Amino acid sequence: MFSNFDFDVIIRSLPYLFYQGMTFTLLLTALATLGGIILGTLLALMRLSGFALLTVPAAAYVNLMRSVPFVLMIFWFYFLVPYIGQWVTFSPRPMQVGAFASCLVTFTLFEAAFFCEIMRAGIQSISRGQVAAAQALGMTYPTVMSYVVLPQAFRNMVPVLLTQTIVLFQDTSLVYVISVTDFLGAASKVAQRDGRLVEMYLFAALVYFVISLAASGAVGLLRRHIAIIR
Amino acid sequence: MIEIVGLGKWYGPTRVLTNCSTQVGKGEVVVVCGPSGSGKSTLIKCVNGLEPFQEGRISVDGVSVGDPKTDLPKLRARIGMVFQHFELFPHLSVIRNLTLPQIKVLHRSADEAKEKGKRLLERVGLAAHANKFPGQLSGGQQQRVAIARALAMEPIAMLFDEPTSALDPEMIQEVLDVMVALAREGMTMIVVTHEMGFARKVAHRVVFMDEGEIVEDAPTADFFVKPRSERARLFLSKILQH
Repeated sequence: MFSNFDFDVIIRSLPYLFYQGMTFTLLLTALATLGGIILGTLLALMRLSGFALLTVPAAAYVNLMRSVPFVLMIFWFYFLVPYIGQWVTFSPRPMQVGAFASCLVTFTLFEAAFFCEIMRAGIQSISRGQVAAAQALGMTYPTVMSYVVLPQAFRNMVPVLLTQTIVLFQDTSLVYVISVTDFLGAASKVAQRDGRLVEMYLFAALVYFVISLAASGAVGLLRRHIAIIR
Repeated sequence: MIEIVGLGKWYGPTRVLTNCSTQVGKGEVVVVCGPSGSGKSTLIKCVNGLEPFQEGRISVDGVSVGDPKTDLPKLRARIGMVFQHFELFPHLSVIRNLTLPQIKVLHRSADEAKEKGKRLLERVGLAAHANKFPGQLSGGQQQRVAIARALAMEPIAMLFDEPTSALDPEMIQEVLDVMVALAREGMTMIVVTHEMGFARKVAHRVVFMDEGEIVEDAPTADFFVKPRSERARLFLSKILQH
């Protein structure tokens, strides 16, 4: 059944697919994960602070992000980010924001909501006794958080955070809605130019599958290595 | 040095402490005992402000604990506390457990903190375990590390919240030995414990609590020989049988 398929097209387009497409995909995944974890941790601390002034906006943010279709968010931010930039910098014209920056902002803000819930569970998994012990030693809230609670919460949650990152890696393909050339976008372009849809999409699926599966396996191995000895 | 006057505390509508008053002088060792749920732990957690209270006042070395203007972290840094479940930081090595609070709270240099930490580990007989993680030590060893961690802050007083009740019987003595040595050196201590042998050996006074009240506050000898209240007599008869 593969007799009239041309798998050579894949080989010919490899440099383009990986050098342009995969670089974008991986860079977006890595930076959005990093930004999402930082912002998500701050949101989690807000949600757990006990001050309505902080908990309510954080909870509202998380719930909003989790109730809106992601594709819609990508669209929305693509058109909105230039105007937010204009507003923040008091510039007279909408800010020139590249597609990558726009995607990065969207993914970071969106993923932060999910990382927030993961970090919140992580922080809550640390016993109150640990906090009490740290406080009894005279540590202030920022010290307790940065040296006692967050390092433990983070280590407990690394497997879950990385699993979420794998989901994020697959979700980056949604940037096709604003015609950005990520890995899938690159494959798509070649497929349409050469009329080799089946070959290219098959190959793209295979690449996503192999990377995700390998990453899941690595997370499993890591889980055993970083567990805190109790 | 520690003065508790008319202390009252509620958890929501439930009253947990009623009009508790006592004082602990410099170098004095006071054992707090009583049936479980009598408010002993809550009482000593009020002393360093880990638990807020609604009524009365506590002052430590002249500093009022309940005063909202009091810098609680600063005050806590001067009062050592040892917990029932040790509460060592499991993600840090034993020596890091001792140096981190010295560096972050007292702003000691890393070298100075390490030096101090090693001396204290030696003192509790655990110098060889400095680079292990808490999870690799036995309960008794962990509790001794916890005592060393508190001592590294050079506290003016030490609070012990049932330091041996989570330990296997064969490990209780090694922890008590460290505490006895500390008491004999003149450390001011409030110890919540059921270890009546320890109380007899080193306590100057025994405070007996029941249902959130201080029922009896007497010199150790008097408490064991002729407790005034029926409740204390009953408690002693139960606890001294074994």
